[in-house]
Amino acid sequence: MSDIAIRVENLGKQYRIGARRALRRTFAESIAAAAAAPFRGLRRLFRDADAPGRESDSMVWALRHLSFDVARGDVVGIVGHNGAGKSTLLKILSRITSPTAGSAVICGRVGSLLEVGIGFHSELTGRDNVFLSGAILGMTRREIGRRFDEIVDFAEVDKFIDTPVKFYSSGMYLRLAFAVAAHLEPDILIVDEVLAVGDVNFQRKCLGKVDDVAKEGRTVLFVSHNMQAVQRLCPRSLLLERGQLIADSNTADVVARYLAQVAHETSPRSLIDVSAMHRRGTGEIKVAQIWYSGLDSSVSFRPRSRGPLEVRLDLVSAISRTIGSIAITIYDKNGTKLVNADLMSLGKSVRISAGRNVVRFTIHDLFLNPGRYILGWWISDVQGTVFDFVEAAADIEVVGLDSAGFGIRPSSDGAVCCDFAVEVLPE
Amino acid sequence: MQSQDVSPLLIVPASAGRRYLDLRELLRYRELLYFLTWRDIKVRYAQSLLGAAWAVLQPLLAMVIFSVFFGKLASIPSDGVPYPIFTYAALLPWTFFSNAVVQSTNSLVGNANLITKAYFPRLIIPCAAVLSGLVDFAIAFVVLLLMMPFFGVFPTGGVLWLPVLLSFAVLTSLGMGLWLSALNVQFRDIRHIVPFLVQAWLFATPVVYPSSLLAEPWRTVYGLNPMAGVVEGFRWALVGTQSPSVALIAVSGVVTAVILVSGLSYFRRVEHRFSDII
Repeated sequence: MSDIAIRVENLGKQYRIGARRALRRTFAESIAAAAAAPFRGLRRLFRDADAPGRESDSMVWALRHLSFDVARGDVVGIVGHNGAGKSTLLKILSRITSPTAGSAVICGRVGSLLEVGIGFHSELTGRDNVFLSGAILGMTRREIGRRFDEIVDFAEVDKFIDTPVKFYSSGMYLRLAFAVAAHLEPDILIVDEVLAVGDVNFQRKCLGKVDDVAKEGRTVLFVSHNMQAVQRLCPRSLLLERGQLIADSNTADVVARYLAQVAHETSPRSLIDVSAMHRRGTGEIKVAQIWYSGLDSSVSFRPRSRGPLEVRLDLVSAISRTIGSIAITIYDKNGTKLVNADLMSLGKSVRISAGRNVVRFTIHDLFLNPGRYILGWWISDVQGTVFDFVEAAADIEVVGLDSAGFGIRPSSDGAVCCDFAVEVLPE
Repeated sequence: MQSQDVSPLLIVPASAGRRYLDLRELLRYRELLYFLTWRDIKVRYAQSLLGAAWAVLQPLLAMVIFSVFFGKLASIPSDGVPYPIFTYAALLPWTFFSNAVVQSTNSLVGNANLITKAYFPRLIIPCAAVLSGLVDFAIAFVVLLLMMPFFGVFPTGGVLWLPVLLSFAVLTSLGMGLWLSALNVQFRDIRHIVPFLVQAWLFATPVVYPSSLLAEPWRTVYGLNPMAGVVEGFRWALVGTQSPSVALIAVSGVVTAVILVSGLSYFRRVEHRFSDII
C-alpha cells in the first residue's frame, strides 16, 4: 500500500438532474406536508438529496464503476469530452463532493487546483489575498509567510502587492492567483484545466510549474483538453467517456483514441457541420461549418502529400471586430501538432463583420506523408482571449501519388516529408 | 510537508447516519477560520465612506429612535435608568445577535465558489460570519463606556459576567446560523424569511422594554427566548437594573444548548450535499 498514492475502487457518483430547481420547488411542499403530517413532512427536510435509488427517473450517473490505482510519483492525465466525468472525479478525490458508490483511498496530503484565484476577494490587497487563498488551499500561515517573497517574485507584481486586486490587470491577477497555488507543496497535486485561462506565456509558465512538481517526484492528476500538455506532462492517461473509464494506458495511445473519437471522418469538398462540437473559448466568434479541398480532381479532391490544401472556415461573429490570430491546425493521430497555419505568423490581421464570414486558408505545399490527420482551428485576439478553439474537428486523409514516381515508402516513415536529394560525392 | 504523518484517507459515500464533530480537523483549519473572519471584517467596511463607524452608528441610531418613540412618546418604563442607556445596553448584545444571524444565514450561499472548489470543514463559514461581528460589538461597547458617565450611570461588579453572557449570545446566534445557513442552501426562501424572524424576535426580547413588565411565572417562560436572559443580564451588569432570576438564565441556557446542538447535528447531516446543490 505504501507505494500507492490513490486507489479508486468501483467509484460512482449520481446526480439528480436539475437538482437545484427540483429542491427549491419542494420548499412549499415541505411546509404543506409538515403542516399536514408534522413528522413525515419534516423528515423531508432531512432527506438525502442524492441518496441512490429514489426517483431514479431523474437521476444520472456522472461517474460509474471507476477503478484505478495511481502509484506514488505517477503523473496521470485525465482526458475526455466535457461532461465525461473528469471534474466530478477530481471533486470526489478533493473531498468537495462525496461519491454515491464505491470508495477511494488517498495516501498523502492533497492539493487541489480546481480554479485559479480561489478565495480571491477584489476588495483585498494582493498580500491579503495571498494569505487568504493560501489558507483555503490548505497552507498554514507559516508556510505562506516563508514562501511569500517567492510567490510575489513568480507573479511579478511586487510593486502592487499592497494594492487591492480589483485594480490589477487581468494578467496580473491571474499571475498572482496561480503563483499562490504553484507554491503549494502537496504530496498529491490535482489540477483541473487551470491552464485554459490566460495568455500563451502564462500558460507556458503554469505548465512549466506543473512539470516541476512532477519532476520533484510528487503525484499529479492532470485534467486538460490540451492534448499537447497532457502528452508532455503525463506518461500515463485515463480516458473517461460518459462517466466510465474506457482506457487506462500510456498517454500516446489514450490520446490517439480520444482524438479518433472526437473527429468525424470527413470527405473533401463537402460542408462539415461543426456547430454542435465541444469547444473552448468565449464563443463570440464561432465556426459553424468547415470545408476543405486538395484542389486535385484526379484524387477526388483529397489533400495530396506535397500538394495544396484549401480550408474554409465558415464562422459566425456576434459583432464586427479585428482578429489577430486565426489558425488551422493539423495533428497527427498521436496528438502531435504538425501544422499551425496562423495568421499571426504572417504579421497580419483580418476584419470580421457581424454575422456570417468565410475565411479561406490556402496551404501551398502540404509536407505531410500519406495518412490520416486531424484538422482543428484556433481563433483569438492578439491579447490572447480565445474565441473558439477546437483541436479535433475533422479526420482528413492525405493521399500519396505513388504513380508520380516517388518510389516505395519505407515502412517506418516520418510524419512529414521534405524535398531532398541523395548523391554520392566524388572523392 | 511530512507525508509520513498523514494517514491514508478513505473516501466513501456519505451515510445518512449521525455524524460526530471532527474536532481535530476543525483545529487543523483554525487558521482558515481566522482568515475568513478577518476577511469578513475587512470587506464589510471596505469602500464605505464611514468604515468602521457603522459599527457605532447602527446601535446608536437605534438608540435614538427607540428613545424618542418608546421612551418619550410611549413612556415605556426603564427600571429607573435613563432610557437611552437602558436601551443601548440591550442593543449591544441584540445588534450583535441580529447581525450574526442575518450574516451567517447568507454565509454559505455567499461563499458558494469556495464550497464548490475547495475542501475544508464547512462549519468554518457560518462560524466566521458570527465571529466577525465581535469586532463591531467591541467598538459599540467602548462607545457605551464613554456614554455612561454622561448619563451618570456606572457599571456594577456584574460586568465580570459579561463574557459568559456574550458567549450565550454567540452560541445562540451560531446555532441559529447553522440551521438557517444550511436550510438556505436548499431553500433560498430562508433569506427572505430571516429579516422578519429577526424583527419579531426583537419585540420578543426586552430591548425596548424591561422584562419587569411581565409578572412571574411568565417571566421565566420568557427565558425560552435565550436572548431575553442575555439582554437582561447585560442590563443588570452594566447599568445595575434588577438581576435576572436564576430560573430565567437556566431556561435560556437549556434552550441555547438545544438550538446549538440541533443546529450542529442538522448541519453535519446535510453538509455533504452543499457542493452539489448550492
